[in-house]
Amino acid sequence: MSDTSINAADRAETGEAGFGDYFALLKPRVMSLVVFTAFVGLLVAPVPVHPFIGFVAILFIAIGGGASGALNMWWDADIDAVMKRTRKRPVPSGKVAGGDALAIGIVLSGMAVVMLGLATNPVAAGLLAFTIFFYVVVYTMWLKRWTPQNIVIGGAAGAFPPMIGWAVATGGISVESVLMFTLILMWTPPHFWALALFMNDDYTRAGVPMLTVTHGRRATRTHILVYTMLLAPVAIGAGVTSIGGPLYLAVSVALNLWFIGSAFRLWRRDEATAEADGYHAEKAFFRFSLLYLFLHFVAFLAEAALRMFDLGGW
Amino acid sequence: MGLAHEHDLHRRRRGRNMGVGLTLIAFVAIVFGMTVVKVSEGQNMQSYEHVLPAQQDLNK
Repeated sequence: MSDTSINAADRAETGEAGFGDYFALLKPRVMSLVVFTAFVGLLVAPVPVHPFIGFVAILFIAIGGGASGALNMWWDADIDAVMKRTRKRPVPSGKVAGGDALAIGIVLSGMAVVMLGLATNPVAAGLLAFTIFFYVVVYTMWLKRWTPQNIVIGGAAGAFPPMIGWAVATGGISVESVLMFTLILMWTPPHFWALALFMNDDYTRAGVPMLTVTHGRRATRTHILVYTMLLAPVAIGAGVTSIGGPLYLAVSVALNLWFIGSAFRLWRRDEATAEADGYHAEKAFFRFSLLYLFLHFVAFLAEAALRMFDLGGW
Repeated sequence: MGLAHEHDLHRRRRGRNMGVGLTLIAFVAIVFGMTVVKVSEGQNMQSYEHVLPAQQDLNK
């Protein structure tokens, strides 16, 4: 038995979690996506924000997102415990008690919303509060265990951060922020369904009605292709608004052609081939989907930077 | 085993206390920073905030 495993067992027995275990409740990896997209939403907005207020706003958006992650871990501890991907999380592994996760989630959610409201404006705070409510109540408690469309509607929770960032700067909602929201909303299903294609056993064991579990992998491949095609006009369309420009448009067209091409290749594959090569194409599609979203937001950022030198935009 | 022996539990507890302490200090610094920025920008100040309470009563 290694030292690590001794410590982990000890921790579970004593209930003495370290600070890092509590931090892990906030899902730092998800938080990094929230921080990045909210940051882009804030920077591409046409209204300048004081750097310190911008920093504080992003921090509390991240804390709000993290708090909803803690509440998700509290509610989903039973599911997380049987899934290979999630069983080492602080609550299912016994490092942090479920009640502690609930308390931390509620306190941090309230604090993040109030502080964001005080630092910026009620629209941004209201959107953050709605995001937390949507992720915890609508997605985690209601949709996730009920419908194979869980990820389609639940994806909205992850799509709000750039909209909140935009609201921090402008105090409102506009076509641009709605398009950034829709881009993430439409991207989420193919991203998670690609993951479900090669992690299907996890979802089956946990009884989560992912599309792969309820309708099979064949139907999931078709859904991935359809959603990828629906995503393209949204992503490219954002390029003709005030946050887009020639550079963004070129990047977006190239990424979407590649994404649709990859989705088409996934659609043509049968299960025997996929199993034979260890879901190689599905894993590659999943990795590319991360790059796809990241590069779209980098392109938004690049257009905003170019606009500062009167070069970007239309 | 001496009296000064430190169990892993104590080290974790100290680490947790330090973490909470530093988080609270950071929170105070953030509130202070926000106050400085808000006051120096003065965007959300209302006119009555520049008037002393006694004068407000006289103005009624």
